[in-house]
Amino acid sequence: MGMTMTQKILAAHAGLPFVKAGDLIEANLDLVLGNDITTPVAIREMGRFNDDKVFDGEKIALVMDHFTPNKDIKSAENCKCVRDFAAAHEITNYYDVGKMGIEHALLPELGLTVAGDCIIGADSHTCTYGALGAFSTGVGSTDMAAGMATGKAWFKVPSAIKFNLKGQLKKWVSGKDVILHIIGMIGVDGALYQSMEFAGEGVKSLSMDDRLTIANMAIEAGGKNGIFPVDEKTIEYMKEHSKREYKVFEADEDAEYTAVYDIDLSELESTVAFPHLPENTKTLSEIKDKVVIHQSVIGSCTNGRIQDLRQAAEILKGRKIHKDVRCIVIPGTQAIYLQAIEEGLVADFIKAGAIVSTPTCGPCLGGHMGVLAAGERAISTTNRNFVGRMGHTDSEVYLASPAVAAASAVTGYICGPDELGID
Amino acid sequence: MNAKGKVFKYGDNVDTDVIIPARYLAIQDRMELASHCMEDIDDTFTKRVSKGDIMVAGRNFGCGSSREHAPQVIKDSGISCVIACTFARIFYRNAINIGLPIIECEEAATAIEDGHEVSIDFDTGLITDDTTGKTYQGQAFPEFMQKIIKAEGLVNYINAK
Repeated sequence: MGMTMTQKILAAHAGLPFVKAGDLIEANLDLVLGNDITTPVAIREMGRFNDDKVFDGEKIALVMDHFTPNKDIKSAENCKCVRDFAAAHEITNYYDVGKMGIEHALLPELGLTVAGDCIIGADSHTCTYGALGAFSTGVGSTDMAAGMATGKAWFKVPSAIKFNLKGQLKKWVSGKDVILHIIGMIGVDGALYQSMEFAGEGVKSLSMDDRLTIANMAIEAGGKNGIFPVDEKTIEYMKEHSKREYKVFEADEDAEYTAVYDIDLSELESTVAFPHLPENTKTLSEIKDKVVIHQSVIGSCTNGRIQDLRQAAEILKGRKIHKDVRCIVIPGTQAIYLQAIEEGLVADFIKAGAIVSTPTCGPCLGGHMGVLAAGERAISTTNRNFVGRMGHTDSEVYLASPAVAAASAVTGYICGPDELGID
Repeated sequence: MNAKGKVFKYGDNVDTDVIIPARYLAIQDRMELASHCMEDIDDTFTKRVSKGDIMVAGRNFGCGSSREHAPQVIKDSGISCVIACTFARIFYRNAINIGLPIIECEEAATAIEDGHEVSIDFDTGLITDDTTGKTYQGQAFPEFMQKIIKAEGLVNYINAK
């Protein structure tokens, strides 16, 4: 019996020739990540260790992205606590306002995550870096503290589900639609405790931004990680962004999977997840009644990358946001923000009547920068539509691609670009 | 180690956003944070819960955000154990790491009703519904995880190594 791609990375980091699903192992970590919500709790736990030194100041990344620029005094104090900790422990990868971005957009862009890495992050969407061929998973603050102190983490080696992709996505259908389709198919616990391994000739047609979006939402199917094979596009991306050495792992031919799904990308349609679970998916053509919206959010660790902003701008350019809609565009990082300015996308957004915010997780988790009132509805390119996720418990979030969120912002109801006469 | 208490029962896919909404995550005081536990799906929970009570839920309990605040507020509310059909994986890790006992047992999680009195023997994994007299066998933790739970969390476990 062979190993999956994930199992091979875990075996290599545990110093073992072979691991199988269910094995409990201790693995060496290449990177430990935390944000302004989870790191203060981890710092408190660090203080309880006999030895509170960090294992390696260059292998920890602290990104102040959730409640920043600080929304209130408590969040300011949390960031200050992390800032002081980073200085005291000489943590080089500390990212504050001006340098920060949304963590999962920022770290690959900075080249801190590469193929073959074993990464934990005290943020559930840490699974994003699987797009680069790394093993990467979300943990809590105590795991983060233990990771910072020891450079190691315990794992139960996961079994895997394989998603064989073929064909190519249609125009306006993107990575978000792929992952929403999959979550709709297998459910929010369909990959519980398991790896989601993507494979097949269809992978090569997916951009790196699409892959990052797909891996990002593996957690929304309950997955431990989502992972893509390394190909020319991955290597090109890593060479552009990172000086670090990467290592390519491939799944064995005889690796075991608990299930294999074949997905023809060319058959996928724009997909929307209705409240209050990401598995409540419908394709646009399956939506019979008009769903009126009050807010459209384009951004987040799922969809705040340049491809996402380009798609939204292509739709919004020369059009006007509906009078009853607030459209909030949030570039994922400062570099993406600057690129969007230089490409004229920000001008397109503002002329259309949208606002463009500094990078922040803000509205995705109902933190700030676009919280919903009772009875309000948002279309959003974010990743969760749980009860009260974006604000009041009587508000609703519909998850969709940047193309659908942009088109809906113009009409005031959920629709695709075709509703605006765009092919 | 044993637990005994009154049951608070919830459904499938109870996510960490309803266990402790993000709007409270800047709060560092643990008891203040715990006063908002379950607020968005059960706003009377914190008024009714007593030390030792037991939470019972369906599939995928604790899905969503990695916030460790979620198992922490449940523990700080006085809950002695959570029984569910399944747990979301980050919640599962977090609960073990902070020393909140959890048990996967689909049969018990389905049959036990809200308000029942339940006893749990952690050494054997045996769950008894004292209201009906029925017993259920929960899944025992692997030895490694039992050591972390007995040490009352990962930090103590690592310190003792």
